[in-house]
Amino acid sequence: MELAQAVLNGDRLALARLLSRVENATPEGLAALDEIFPQTGKAHLLGVTGAPGTGKSSLVNQIALHYRKQDKKVAIVAVDPSSPFTGGAVLGDRVRMRDLTGDPGVFIRSMASRGSLGGLAQATAGVVQLFDAAGFDVIIIETVGAGQSEVDIARLAHTTLVVEAPGLGDDIQAIKAGILEIADILVINKADNPAVGSTERALITMLELAHPVRRVFQHHGQAFEVPAPENSSPDESRIWIPLIRRTVATEAKGLPELLEAIGLHVAYLRESGDWARREEARLEAEFDLLLREGLREHFRQQVADEVVAGFFAKILARQIAPREAVSQVIQRMQA
Amino acid sequence: MSERKIRVLVAKPGLDGHDRGAKVVARALRDAGMEVIYTGLRQTPEMIAEAALQEDVDAVGLSILSGAHMALVPRVVELMNANGQTNVKIFVGGIIPDEDVPRLKEAGVMEVYGPGASTEKVISDIRAAIPTDR
Repeated sequence: MELAQAVLNGDRLALARLLSRVENATPEGLAALDEIFPQTGKAHLLGVTGAPGTGKSSLVNQIALHYRKQDKKVAIVAVDPSSPFTGGAVLGDRVRMRDLTGDPGVFIRSMASRGSLGGLAQATAGVVQLFDAAGFDVIIIETVGAGQSEVDIARLAHTTLVVEAPGLGDDIQAIKAGILEIADILVINKADNPAVGSTERALITMLELAHPVRRVFQHHGQAFEVPAPENSSPDESRIWIPLIRRTVATEAKGLPELLEAIGLHVAYLRESGDWARREEARLEAEFDLLLREGLREHFRQQVADEVVAGFFAKILARQIAPREAVSQVIQRMQA
Repeated sequence: MSERKIRVLVAKPGLDGHDRGAKVVARALRDAGMEVIYTGLRQTPEMIAEAALQEDVDAVGLSILSGAHMALVPRVVELMNANGQTNVKIFVGGIIPDEDVPRLKEAGVMEVYGPGASTEKVISDIRAAIPTDR
């Protein structure tokens, strides 16, 4: 197919158009994903999530600028929410990314979430695959302003940054389940705020509770050493303890340190075998989902809707149990 | 899957100091179910054409209050054509003298909306101009 070939050859207009077809799940878009699949799996997928107003877009802007200094090609997928009432959306992440215009090594694409609740859109994974095949070295995925449970990004990205800002909540917020648990790197943005110290302490406390291998802690300004618990992993190097980094994205502060932390995480993923494991888990989940969808479609073609409705009527009348009905329906498909 | 969404870039080229009008239009298009990419103040024609390309939009709305529309608008059209985006509808809003309207349309602008124009008209014009089966 010409569009997919043009994308592989670096045609930006073709890439933009194919991204729309993938986003709209048109037959052409889906066929293109099949065609480019062997070319995927090379890019580093960097997720950026966090509450609205923590500075995700400004931070993405800075991260991209720094990767450009290393001559890496950067794609940005910025997801913003769709209105649940009208289906419309205002996608405003580009406002903070104007430093990146005019650079052919950068491609920014805004996406509306279109009803998905996990912080990404349904088609985000496909869009990322297309950027991957098009030869981008780093793909930064910015989620919708996420609250506490939008954790889809951790399944998609290799490295997940959770962006916090000082003064957004007390330390009980830090030990709740959800978004903080998916962080590979915790970024405290707006670190010029005087409350940065207490935010950082809350996050450190949260990490110490989650990772008992950590051995040094502060108490009343004094450092104490605690031996690792007996039941902790013997091979500590295999465990990634989330790093904390401070940034002021609007002033480009803290970026070299953040980029270094991302580099450490990539090195860890490679050495520990986690990179391969994450790829495997992701592809398995995708395969499983598509297999279920495919089987469902196959089933609908084989078994008339009236047959299914007939079984359901029997279930409603308590003549047959749901599980028994399913096994009888499936036998019909095989017959 | 879901119906195809109309994607619109709303941009402010030039040196205008505020973007209230552009935000009103962006909001109205959102409420009409469209996906609006909003890029903010002080955009160059180059920035607008690049955003229109990357976002693969169906339409571009340019809001201009400064009087520089006869310089800025044809430049945006020219750059977008050079990028191969010849089918994208371009509309202009803001303070545009009547005598400039035909000249802008000649330059490839679909419609021009002055102060007091209704957002319903903008929405219905966009819907009418964009094929839904793309």
